Amino acid sequence: MIPAGLAAALILALTLAPLAAVGSRAEAGAGLGAGDWAAIRFTVWQAVVSAVVSVGLAVPVARALARRRFRGRGALVMLLGAPFLLPVIVAVLGLLAVFGRGGLLNAGIVALGGAPVSIYGAGGVILAHVFFNLPLAVRILLQGWLDIPAERFRLAAQLDAPIWSLLERPMLARVVPGAALVIFLICLTSFAVALTLGGGPRATTVELAIYQAIRFDFDLGRAALLALVQVALCVVAAVLAFRLTVIEPVGSGLDRTVARWDKSPWDWLWLAAVSLFLIAPLAMVVWRGIPGLADLPSSVWAASGRSIAVALGATVLSLALSFALALRGGIWMQGIGVLPLASSALVMGTGLFVMVYPFVNPTRLALAVTLAVNAVLALPFGLRVLAPAVRDVREGYGRLAASLGLTGWAGVRIVMLPRLRRPLGFAAGLTFALSMGDLGVIALFATDAQETLPLAMYRLMGAYRMEAAAGAALLLLALSLGGFWICDRGGRIDADL
Amino acid sequence: MKTTLASVAALLIASPALAQTPTLNVYTYDSFTSEWGPGPAIEEAFEAECGCDLVFTGAGDGAALLARLQLEGASTDADVVLGLDTNLTAAARDTGLFAPHGVTADLSLPVDYEDDTFLPFDWGYLAFVADKDTPPALSFIELANSDLSIVIQDPRSSTPGLGLLMWVEAVFGDEAGDVWADLADNIVTVTPGWTEAYNLFLEGEADAVLSYTTSPAYHLIGEDDDTKTAWAFEEGNYLQVEVAAKLAQTDVPELADQFMAFITTDAFQSVIPTTNWMYPATDIDLPDGFETLTVPGSGILLSAQDAADRRDAALDTWRSALSR
Repeated sequence: MIPAGLAAALILALTLAPLAAVGSRAEAGAGLGAGDWAAIRFTVWQAVVSAVVSVGLAVPVARALARRRFRGRGALVMLLGAPFLLPVIVAVLGLLAVFGRGGLLNAGIVALGGAPVSIYGAGGVILAHVFFNLPLAVRILLQGWLDIPAERFRLAAQLDAPIWSLLERPMLARVVPGAALVIFLICLTSFAVALTLGGGPRATTVELAIYQAIRFDFDLGRAALLALVQVALCVVAAVLAFRLTVIEPVGSGLDRTVARWDKSPWDWLWLAAVSLFLIAPLAMVVWRGIPGLADLPSSVWAASGRSIAVALGATVLSLALSFALALRGGIWMQGIGVLPLASSALVMGTGLFVMVYPFVNPTRLALAVTLAVNAVLALPFGLRVLAPAVRDVREGYGRLAASLGLTGWAGVRIVMLPRLRRPLGFAAGLTFALSMGDLGVIALFATDAQETLPLAMYRLMGAYRMEAAAGAALLLLALSLGGFWICDRGGRIDADL
Repeated sequence: MKTTLASVAALLIASPALAQTPTLNVYTYDSFTSEWGPGPAIEEAFEAECGCDLVFTGAGDGAALLARLQLEGASTDADVVLGLDTNLTAAARDTGLFAPHGVTADLSLPVDYEDDTFLPFDWGYLAFVADKDTPPALSFIELANSDLSIVIQDPRSSTPGLGLLMWVEAVFGDEAGDVWADLADNIVTVTPGWTEAYNLFLEGEADAVLSYTTSPAYHLIGEDDDTKTAWAFEEGNYLQVEVAAKLAQTDVPELADQFMAFITTDAFQSVIPTTNWMYPATDIDLPDGFETLTVPGSGILLSAQDAADRRDAALDTWRSALSR
């Protein structure tokens, strides 16, 4: 068990300390220019729209998933995790294969005699962000639905009471602000998606300005200032979200599955539409990757092994940290828990480099740094899953446990853990998969000997080897999803929740 | 048993000698040192003659490379850096980290290039790469007036993107803003780096992509695909010259000098064309297939100082013209 204070300190050390380290290397003090303000406006605007659209669409989809039982439901719920786990370039290529100029959608429109539509522009940025984040929103909301005890539904059925206003709306009021906050923050630090699909410099984000400041101008002061802007936006958004969150205890039950009677034919439509939207681009990633699997260089397999090891380590660390924070609870812990989302990966990497370099050759620490950074970057997701679950267990069983003297580790072991298996499994799967895909930080540290799978894939593309790169992308997708499946499944074995 | 003991003894005696083998640290960009890049062959060739251990460290792309050196400052382990491009050399010179290379060699660059610190090891023409059956544009003006679609890279995050910015700046000067405004409706999108842009082009998202005249050579030699070509522009094509330099603080100055001299030898240069997909910096025989490549009428290159001085204004022009 890690004390919450230590966990919080570690998170701050990996988010704010690198920022300070970058700032400490600042030379000239250049302020923000007109271009920077335009970038900030665009960044905030697209992040707000992406969050609202993703969560808005997620409500009917999650409700349909909560109400319906059908063959393949489990597989669908798992596939929902996939877009979120893909490296950006792979997801973008998958999206373009469907929505791009030569994509399936336009082929269909042209065949029907219509004029092709262009994905590039603000619409394309939103589309891609919704593709990435809608699944996450669905998973978070679905968890909210599953947390409503079956007994409540039975009671509502007996009394013929409206479950939407009585059970579902209060649950959403509790869950939606947090989900929207997470997605807003993810989109806040978007860089490659916004630029590639944005169509031009209008779609400049703060993260690009940071990239430029570090890579081309070596203006570390400006980079730190811009990173600080991101953190400030994060704080404002977090305060807003916490204010909007209505905490109303839902009570607890005997963990039975509910058989819903209030089904609507619209459920199928929503499920079909979302499945098509999410699975078509994924199918294209798989389809393109198959020919490349045959000529993957051996280095890719070694890189895969490294990625798996790093992801496993990051999962353990991240779960320990988020469990510690969730047990402590409270607004400060939640605030610290979302901070990593607002951190610029490039500033984090550069800052850690500055901090480490005087003492040890950074390449030696490449994998350790990647592990720690991935653990912290994935923490907000794990925390979002665990925190409400811990709160519910406390509310439902806290007094009973206290009266039985089940406190401290015994309370955690006997009361908490059995009830948290499913959220723990899900959080572990999410963390593992996210850690497989990340390459934001390692690029500055790694040489060939520390190459991870995403980096190997990117290097294949840089050497014109697009087919092998597509194979590597498929491998990455399979490993991420496989790891996710094992963890998620592990949390559900023997638990008919 | 005796032989085992003898070999163990030999190992024990050999190991101190091994530990004293001097190491030459060369920082370069990722794709140079990857297994299909020039790195491995060059390492083997140089180690055969230097009696040293050559260690390549890959650090992102050309811009990341300079940022890395600036982060490390004078205490860097690097002895030689390989892979800056001439749009960055003014900033690199200002760091004061580099020493003159002292190499004299006949370079095969299509423009005059003299620099006592930054030594070219390869070069290429920037060009729009397209399918052969796409009707080509032969100048920026023709491209701007056509319906052709292109993908370019962002000059704020990519070295070819910065090269294109300098290209338009060098050709059109004060009118660069108008040319960018005219090009705006041809530009499908602006990507953060070369990789995204080239992928988009291969996926059919645009008729042409900003790359190099040597890109079709990869498809021809590496994939047996002769359907790609590059467009020569009447205004001339901008050059990307990749340079190497010796760190002033190196702890193995003789070895670093030896490597700088090695760069202009055939052993180094002959590896470049089919691994880095660029032109060699000296006049050596080119591999089969290179004779099919488009050769622009003239090459353009702003001096490093010019490029640095004009960059910020050119960026503002670019941004406002494309944001309209």
